[in-house]
Amino acid sequence: MSLAELICPAGTPAALRTAVDAGADAVYCGFQDATNARNFPGLNFTPDELAEAVAYAHARGTKLLLALNTYPPAGKVDLWRQAADTGARLGVDSFIVADMGVADYIARTYPGIRLHLSVQAAASSPEAIRYYCENFGVKRVVLPRILTIPEIRQIRREIPCEIETFIFGNHGLMVEGRCSLTNYLTGQSTNMDGVCSPASDVEYVRDADGSMSSQLAGFTIDRFGPEEKTGYPTICKGRYAAPHRPEGYYAFEEPISLNLSRLLPDLIEAGVHAFKIEGRQRSKSYVRGVVRAFRAAVDDIKAGREANIADLIALTEGQKQTQGAFETKKWR
Amino acid sequence: MTPTSESTVRLRPGEGAIARLACLVLQPALTRVVRRVAARHPSLFARLGPHQTTDFLIDPVELPFALHLRPDPQALVFRAVPRESAPQAGATIRGRFLLLLELIDAEQDGDAAFFSRDLEVSGDTEAVVRLRNALDDMDGSLAEEASAMFGAPGRAVLARLRRAYPDATKPREYA
Ligand code: SF4
Repeated sequence: MSLAELICPAGTPAALRTAVDAGADAVYCGFQDATNARNFPGLNFTPDELAEAVAYAHARGTKLLLALNTYPPAGKVDLWRQAADTGARLGVDSFIVADMGVADYIARTYPGIRLHLSVQAAASSPEAIRYYCENFGVKRVVLPRILTIPEIRQIRREIPCEIETFIFGNHGLMVEGRCSLTNYLTGQSTNMDGVCSPASDVEYVRDADGSMSSQLAGFTIDRFGPEEKTGYPTICKGRYAAPHRPEGYYAFEEPISLNLSRLLPDLIEAGVHAFKIEGRQRSKSYVRGVVRAFRAAVDDIKAGREANIADLIALTEGQKQTQGAFETKKWR
Repeated sequence: MTPTSESTVRLRPGEGAIARLACLVLQPALTRVVRRVAARHPSLFARLGPHQTTDFLIDPVELPFALHLRPDPQALVFRAVPRESAPQAGATIRGRFLLLLELIDAEQDGDAAFFSRDLEVSGDTEAVVRLRNALDDMDGSLAEEASAMFGAPGRAVLARLRRAYPDATKPREYA
């Protein structure tokens, strides 16, 4: 059986302590800059906070993974190198990277620290994954959310590293590391600046009838009726009118979250080593609720019991959930 | 800041007077609470960044007044304001009172409350996100901390509030 480690998000030191206390095997977090893909205002860690976080996690047997999972634009790579230097000095257990240059720097400078390949690298074939393993010593790949469980099982047989899959949280388009939708409207890049739909460009407008419009950089990307559930203001989840659908429809993806709680036994059987929970931008309440639920479920499965999986629908985007491509390629 | 136009606020008879009285009675307590929180959680201000000087309007829908917060460490403002003379805020956060309290205390998730439409935000979204993240990084319960400042009567008021709004305090499905 695989280790079935639970990899949990933390956007603040308090969230990190919450994740550790709720039973995380490892917590992932990032610095307050463009070196990670949740570069949101008021979120993330200063180096001093990270030092305390490492101490807190290690004292309780939890690993700390540092996300350096964005792509340095030309001439700005120093910021990523400095972040790696700081992380190494503070004793993080692994770096989560997407860019080959960053992977190469860490592999040469800190060969003793594990490298995990971020979902942002979008490595989905055995050939691509092996390339990262052979050239940078990558120990684990976080798979893009485009693969079915039989495909994951097949990949596992053909690669020399561990596999991590997302099991819960935000479910964006299946073009991780390559999406430029935000860039198109706001000029900021998800992949290089670390932020999709920057809050400074988002506005919610309440209409007289109780409807609400979400706008990004002045463009309305959705309008919700008074009773309708909402989602994140991301372009991929906007509702658009087209000549063939003048009433407006979700052209790419709808507000919905991934929830693979029912597929955990199959994923373990397929050889997945680690389960990732998305949501560094979410609250301690979310972290506590989701980590506890999955801790209990994984422990039940490991002990040979049937998992009693808590209902997490209240925490999902749009209060809807899916098993996405893990269940069927027909998803979207 | 300019007052909100009267036409946008509908008052029930006598509500204006009650609101003004409630604001007057509450003000000393609010000032004590916000000073204490600022002193005990200084890291809160760093997460607010440039929005330390933003005017936030926290609008508990079922109460007759709103709360005006300007989290400027040099000149903290936290005051109850009758809704009809509420300032034009940089950012507004609207929801049931106990939900707002539970969001601050991390008993509820802000995104989930937003998705379900229990929470409404308008104005400067970055300011709201920063405030949310700053408050979420505080350990412990702000409600307990604040009520404890006023001894047994304070704790009794909090317990009574929670009884009065059982819905908001009931653990959600995920708890
Ligand atoms: S627009 Fe959607 S797919 Fe693109 S980065 Fe944002 S969340 Fe991901």
